[in-house]
Amino acid sequence: MRHTLAVLVENNPGVLARVAGLFSRRGFNIDSLAVGRTDNPTVSRMTIVVEGDARVLEQVNKQLHKLVDVIKISDITADEFVDRELVLIKVSVDPSLRGEVMQIADVFRARIVDLGKKTLTLECTGNNGKVDAFEESLQPYGIKELVRTGKIAMQRGSRYTGFTERSQKMNGNQED
Amino acid sequence: MKKSGAEILMESLKAQGVDTIFGYPGGAALPIYDALYDTDINHYLTRHEQGAAHAADGYARASGKPGVCLATSGPGATNLVTGIANAYMDSIPMVAFTGQVATSLLGKDSFQEADITGITLPVTKHNYMVKDVNDLSKIVKEAFHIATTGRPGPVLVDIPKDVSSTVAAYEDPGPVLLPGYSPAFKPDPKQVSRAARAIVEAERPVIYAGGGVVSSGAHEELKELAETLLMPVATTLMGLGGFPGDHPLSVGMLGMHGSKYANYAISDCDLLVAVGVRFDDRVTGKLESFAPNAQVIHIDIDQAEIGKNVRVDFPVAGDVRLCLREIMKQLEPKVESAWNGTINKWKKEYPLGYVDNGRIKPQQVIQEICTATKGQARIATEVGQHQMWAAQYYTFNRPRSFISSGGLGTMGFGFPAAIGVQVACPEETVFDIAGDGSFQMNIQELATVVNYKLPVKVAILNNGYLGMVRQWQELFYNRRYSYTEMSNPEFSKVAEAYGAVGIKITTPSEVRPAIEHALSVDEPVVMDFITDPEENVLPMVPPGEAINKMLG
Ligand SMILES: Cc1ncc(C[n+]2csc(CCOP(=O)(O)OP(=O)(O)O)c2C)c(N)n1
Ligand SMILES: [Mg+2]
Repeated sequence: MRHTLAVLVENNPGVLARVAGLFSRRGFNIDSLAVGRTDNPTVSRMTIVVEGDARVLEQVNKQLHKLVDVIKISDITADEFVDRELVLIKVSVDPSLRGEVMQIADVFRARIVDLGKKTLTLECTGNNGKVDAFEESLQPYGIKELVRTGKIAMQRGSRYTGFTERSQKMNGNQED
Repeated sequence: MKKSGAEILMESLKAQGVDTIFGYPGGAALPIYDALYDTDINHYLTRHEQGAAHAADGYARASGKPGVCLATSGPGATNLVTGIANAYMDSIPMVAFTGQVATSLLGKDSFQEADITGITLPVTKHNYMVKDVNDLSKIVKEAFHIATTGRPGPVLVDIPKDVSSTVAAYEDPGPVLLPGYSPAFKPDPKQVSRAARAIVEAERPVIYAGGGVVSSGAHEELKELAETLLMPVATTLMGLGGFPGDHPLSVGMLGMHGSKYANYAISDCDLLVAVGVRFDDRVTGKLESFAPNAQVIHIDIDQAEIGKNVRVDFPVAGDVRLCLREIMKQLEPKVESAWNGTINKWKKEYPLGYVDNGRIKPQQVIQEICTATKGQARIATEVGQHQMWAAQYYTFNRPRSFISSGGLGTMGFGFPAAIGVQVACPEETVFDIAGDGSFQMNIQELATVVNYKLPVKVAILNNGYLGMVRQWQELFYNRRYSYTEMSNPEFSKVAEAYGAVGIKITTPSEVRPAIEHALSVDEPVVMDFITDPEENVLPMVPPGEAINKMLG
């Protein structure tokens, strides 16, 4: 089964290598990994999609926890969550077919971000399924170039994977 | 007060109580060595950086304190890698410092530049490159904290040359703040009660004790637990000494070269009490047949070990010593157990043994060393058959007395490790039980023992073979001895050339006198025992077999 993990890490050099190295070394399968800063510049957030049964996921979780730079891990798979991915696709389109492509873009609420003599670059966001479908419908026109960000995700409602808990933990440390 | 980075490093080391370092200098480490020159830290110059890393490791295993080693950048740093990996596999607290090219030269393939933090990433508990001298004291403090707490392990700190030379203010870094690092110590009371109940209800329990017992200092608690419930105790290679080998409840070592009665006890038990262990394949053999009728309690400080290789019924996560104490509180003494009768019967029926044939038997050498030292020596070993014979035939009654490379199985570990042990325990007798192959992997450290007058006794069980590999070739590859036979130098003369005492022993009657002589001189001694060349280590569980299916 596919699991979506939200992982907060210290924004230290090498932290990505540590996480990626752990996955490859222990033979865990990463489907996608997206990383970026949070509102706290010392903390980054990784969204990792990993494939595995319950035992594998338990190991992924426990081994990640052992990395000193990993602050918090939430497996949000079972929660209600919003997930998004962004894709940029460059297609080569004869001007006569531009209209068709634009219609497809409309259906997916994609945007045209660049228009060349022979090419058209489109941007689309959505969950994996939508982005897959968008990619597929452009395939017949000849995709020149494609880039996907990998999935980012966030729990719905009042649940969150934030570093408020981290600051609490740090305060806790300071107290003892 | 303003100090150079190197001086700040010295202050930080002193603040950690470091008084001993094993190391080897070089260009990028020059500022560090210059500052070291003015301190009263004892620095031991080994003759190879691998030796420094293993010596720091041996020092840590014997003393329980973190071992410290130091090397220069590039080749110095890469030479440490085997030693660091070795400490990682056996969870030994160690801090390795490396010099590095100046920050302005990083990433440019500069002279003697090696990406040592990248290289050691998978074999350290954590590592650092210090890019700003103002972070140095904080990083050193964190490094020691991480190396010694939770499940111990090696930490590497890489220090560029400009960082060690730059002048800055030394400040006490204050308390360690690592939001992502919080090793659990106290066990959860619910886990404790469930485990305690399982122990009370078991009819045929066995304790399977490992290195975690030694590293958490839980040997007294383990003994109390075993005696209270009359539970037999099998130890792993790393656990030897964690429970007295001569105790009536001891069944010795389990696993591939374990005793038959230990492996039978495991195969027949209804409760396996796994304490500070990680279910290594050399212990479990065929996993599905390991303790097939048992429920499993697993007590370990590392959550990730629990459930990693086997299904666990009763996990207890926490420091082994604290966990055992908490469990003990819920137990009543047992007065008798039929199970022990069965085990004692197996002990009588299937004792360890070998057949005399007029040649020097390696097992006999170990037994004689054990008698001559009254079982009180610290025994380091290399890796191979001799290591297994040392584990089987020396009786280890106290923790930290068996110093051996378990997880990585590093030939060349024993001799430099023995140096670290001798430095940590200057008043004690320290042996390196060596093979003729392994000893030659760090033989240059003879210069170190002579230089520092460290009276380490090396006992080479010289079979003229890479014996353990030859044994596998004999048993599983049709006796095709592909590149395992060696012609060796006269080890006694090599020893003498270095300035140590060398003795060659060729007949069984010379064995004991040679050992007595070695013990009588306060000097490093190399004993070259010419042993029966094709002796095998038995019993043996063939690879992939169930552990009760033993040869021999
Ligand atoms: C560095 C290293 N290289 C190779 C091996 C594989 N290996 C394991 S035991 C062994 C033979 C050791 O020979 P020796 O030291 O003479 O000991 P013996 O088995 O003969 O007692 C070898 C080559 C190893 N464990 N470590
Ligand atoms: Mg040999």
